[in-house]
Amino acid sequence: MSAVVDVLLTRYNYVAVVVLVAAGLYLVIGDRNLVKKVIGMNLFQTGIFLFFITTAVVEGGHPPVIEEGVETYVSPLPHVLILTAIVVGVSLTAVALTLVVRIYSEYGTLRADLIAEMETDD
Amino acid sequence: MTDAIVLAVVFPILAAVASLLAGLRWDRSGWYVAALAAVVELGLAVSILLSVLQGGRTAYELGGFVPPAGIELVADGLSAPVLVLVATVSLAVLAYARRAGPRGNAFYTVYLLLVAGLAGVILTGDIFNMYVFLEITGLAAYALVASGDDVRSAVAALKYLLLGTIGASLFLLGAGYAYVATGTLNMVDLAARFAEVGYTSRPVLASFGLIVTGLLVKVALFPVHSWQPDAYATAPDSVSAYISALVSTVSAYVVAGSVLAVTQSELKRMLAYSSVSQFGMIVAAFALLSPTAAVGGVVHLLGHAVIKGGLFAAAGVVARQTGARTVEEYAGLASRRPVSAGLVAVLALALVGVPPAVGFVGKWYIVLGAIESGAPVVAAVILASTLLTLAYVARVIERMYFADVPAVEAGGERAAVAADGGESTAADTGVGEESPVSPAMIAVVVLAAFAAVALGFAGTAIQSLLEPTLQGVFGT
Repeated sequence: MSAVVDVLLTRYNYVAVVVLVAAGLYLVIGDRNLVKKVIGMNLFQTGIFLFFITTAVVEGGHPPVIEEGVETYVSPLPHVLILTAIVVGVSLTAVALTLVVRIYSEYGTLRADLIAEMETDD
Repeated sequence: MTDAIVLAVVFPILAAVASLLAGLRWDRSGWYVAALAAVVELGLAVSILLSVLQGGRTAYELGGFVPPAGIELVADGLSAPVLVLVATVSLAVLAYARRAGPRGNAFYTVYLLLVAGLAGVILTGDIFNMYVFLEITGLAAYALVASGDDVRSAVAALKYLLLGTIGASLFLLGAGYAYVATGTLNMVDLAARFAEVGYTSRPVLASFGLIVTGLLVKVALFPVHSWQPDAYATAPDSVSAYISALVSTVSAYVVAGSVLAVTQSELKRMLAYSSVSQFGMIVAAFALLSPTAAVGGVVHLLGHAVIKGGLFAAAGVVARQTGARTVEEYAGLASRRPVSAGLVAVLALALVGVPPAVGFVGKWYIVLGAIESGAPVVAAVILASTLLTLAYVARVIERMYFADVPAVEAGGERAAVAADGGESTAADTGVGEESPVSPAMIAVVVLAAFAAVALGFAGTAIQSLLEPTLQGVFGT
């Protein structure tokens, strides 16, 4: 039991990663609403972004901008990578929402199960 | 000529912007810009291949940052031929899309972005950079699938997008684990550092697992293949020809995919399921870790791209000529459209692996490699899968050549009954409107059929080209 508490207290950032990724994945798979699926996809990606950022931490490190009298910096590379990944994520969300709008204007619903029914009826 | 390597990625992106800008001024300029760009891209790809043939592996350091910290683009015995393949297919599909459409300028912009993304995935030597290019490829592919007229294509594109994003994100997470374990993102450097850290350490294993899973979702391996048949079947004909040939470039569950294909009735959907199974065979070939099987895998990969791209294009031609889309509707096609039917038959038999077509050479090497490395089960599975492929291909051929023309079909036939494709079709069907099939579309299919057979004779050449790269990989 104490081991679990220990992990929660010292590794809470990784716990947050796991919770975000799992919740996002569940939303994508489990929810019938298309917009919520897109939200889940975002949540899933955010968890992974957090994982990268949290690995960059150096104990006692400063932000990676060169200053006088500062010896230790946190690793700048993961931040740069995730900045790129966030841009990719925004583009994906934009394309996904565009598709959702088109689907809604045609079927008049956002429920994946109802849309599947209408498709088989065609 | 190391500049050609970076140009191969940058040029299509610039051309995509140019096509968009030109579209503001002139209405139908998209195709011309795209065609010009594709020709230049092919030139670049060929020059890269030639320099690799002469000088071996060449790399380009982006922005002058030295690897492993900087990102490098790499051309070697494996990436250069695949790049030539991508450029060739891009050009061929453009020739096809000239008449088959879609015609909007936006379509060609996205198309060029897709070419850029594919070139990037092939050439990059950095694992995070690869994630970015995978997503560029993905974004362009989602948009292209959605460009179909039917709203079902939007639903298929969204499904593709959600699964593709999950796959790419898993790949990113795997790259993160690799970075945590080794402190590098450069592929060559990674291979060395993984050996130092040890292949059994947990972050390394997690990284492998996540990267492989992520890529398998992208390439539609069974059981995560469900996005692919929908996406292929609902996309415009030009798009499915392109995506099937190139975008899902690696994988699936051999026998299960074939079984699904046997049960399908719509021809395009059947072809998509067949991709699922062919990619499984290619993955199996690489998993054997035998140089012979790896040669087979590469040959089959190239061959499959040519054959399947040609088949999708042929299905498009037939659909435009006769409206036939299901296997049933192909009944008696041989008597109505002997050329189209003949092309479909040649390509389909090449897919089965009837010698001397390229499908045979690839499978032959894979089976040989499987037996050499003591995995007779894999050899047996591939032979069984070939039989299943034959089963679904035979169904189409039997319908085309031996079934009677259905009465309703024959009555509703267009004026161009006697025409069997080519220029005569163009002359026959035109009543003020453009003919549905252009000579260029037919030419693309003919070229694909020709290449499918010709590549079969080039098997040994491909093997000698790959040898240096494979020796590096397998240390033999």
